[in-house]
Amino acid sequence: MAEKITVGHVHMSGCTGCLVSLADNAEGLLTILDKYADLVYGLTLADVRHIPKMDVALVEGSVCIQDKISVQEIKETREKAAVVVAVGGCACYGNITRFGRGGQPNQPQHESYLPVGDLIKVDVYIPGCAPCPQLIRNVCVMAYLLLKGTKDQQELAKKYLAPLMQLAERGTEACGCDLMYDVVNQGLCIGCGSCAAACPVRAITHEYGKPNVNREMCIKCGACYAQCPRSFFNFDVVTEFEAISDLIAGALK
Amino acid sequence: MGTELGKYKLCVSARSTDKDILKKAQDGGIVTQLFKFALEEGIIDGAIVAGQGDEPWRPRPFIATTVEELMTTPGTRYNISPQVSWIKEATRSYGLDKVGIVGTPCQMQAVRKGQLYPVGLRDVDDKIALAIGIFCMENFPYQSIKQLVEDHAGMKLESVKKMDIGKGKFWVYGARGQVVQLPLKVTHKYEQPGCHVCLDYVSNLADVSTGSVGSPDGWSTVFVRTRKGDDIWSKAIGAGCFETKPIEQVKPGLEMVSKLANEKITKNQKTVEERAKFGVNKALRNPYIKP
Repeated sequence: MAEKITVGHVHMSGCTGCLVSLADNAEGLLTILDKYADLVYGLTLADVRHIPKMDVALVEGSVCIQDKISVQEIKETREKAAVVVAVGGCACYGNITRFGRGGQPNQPQHESYLPVGDLIKVDVYIPGCAPCPQLIRNVCVMAYLLLKGTKDQQELAKKYLAPLMQLAERGTEACGCDLMYDVVNQGLCIGCGSCAAACPVRAITHEYGKPNVNREMCIKCGACYAQCPRSFFNFDVVTEFEAISDLIAGALK
Repeated sequence: MGTELGKYKLCVSARSTDKDILKKAQDGGIVTQLFKFALEEGIIDGAIVAGQGDEPWRPRPFIATTVEELMTTPGTRYNISPQVSWIKEATRSYGLDKVGIVGTPCQMQAVRKGQLYPVGLRDVDDKIALAIGIFCMENFPYQSIKQLVEDHAGMKLESVKKMDIGKGKFWVYGARGQVVQLPLKVTHKYEQPGCHVCLDYVSNLADVSTGSVGSPDGWSTVFVRTRKGDDIWSKAIGAGCFETKPIEQVKPGLEMVSKLANEKITKNQKTVEERAKFGVNKALRNPYIKP
């Protein structure tokens, strides 16, 4: 068996829902930990106090800039990890922590929460609240192939991860408004309904065949835009859906 | 013929052997017949189809879990039904483990992207049991169809029996037997703008895709594309669901499908290129490059 990669779960200001999503891969997670990845850091899961050197850091949650330890740890994560993956809406875009303004008991002065990408460079985004277990799984498998796979597998992993890396480059702000700004206003919407299906709070309906976002309900997780086939559509990868699905299923056997 | 028809294992001209389906169907009744067979055999336990919405000729996604429900939905509406919006709900509220879905090429793209990049589609990726794609040159918003039928064709939507696009014309058939044809030149400006960057005519990413083009009246051209599609199609053939003819033996045949596919792709590729220099040193967004 080929060498495993090392993975850590870094917990910033999040609800642990992302970690639960990772765990929701059930046997799939056990296969990943068995064959492809050693968990070298993770709250409650690995008995390690300080952030170690690792191949992939899965970061959950946004960073409270009034909390010195969080700020220090996220910087340390960037130093220690070859690849930083922002897992979930909070790490990518702030998500509901965007609405935080402090005042909560114990630490009322903790009022400012920033997406990870506002403090360090993030390599890959997995948006959504909670992020989908299967997308986390796919990214884990692809990260393994990228670092330890054959040349062909590395090429595939690069192509697969490219749009998720481009999402990370795109910025740290997300909102249902993105559907208007970057899809409908750009003359690209085809009214397929992917956005509405992806929305975790059911804030999206369709008016005149196009999405209508209830902005009071939108939590800014970024799922709708990332799911839209007109945010990104990489023919070279999606056209191979059958072979890639087989590959991932095979890897988890 | 090159990549314009996508990958496929098999292409035939076919029609349903069920008289009832043929009577209601747009052409050969392929979608309805295949879903009916899949429902009866337990290959799917429900299908997201285009059901009747709140207004006449307005479709809405509808989950048919019985053949009776399915039989209320045949035919083409020529306006948008956000099929994919129900894909997660089908596996939740409806508890389906094996979902069928019919849609346009772009909706098939959405489904496959959703399976490979399930950002907000938890537990959906392995539950798509049969995705049937239709051929599509472009689609219309509901308001456009209303305008075409009521303003241009001079008919009330509620009195329309069938709509069809074929032989270079948009056909509206009235309940009392009247037929109005509009040249496609008239309909073009009402098309959904998002369709103009679409580079797929024959649902390249479906399990099975079908449309009237290439086959004689009352028949449909069928592409069987994936392992799943092949498995279901061959079972359906074995069960006598379809009458088929080799595509090489029918007129106008595959050449016509290829011709229209290339026309669409060439035209829309040009639109994509024009969008790159739409403003003064300002481009419109290209989803095929990056998000």
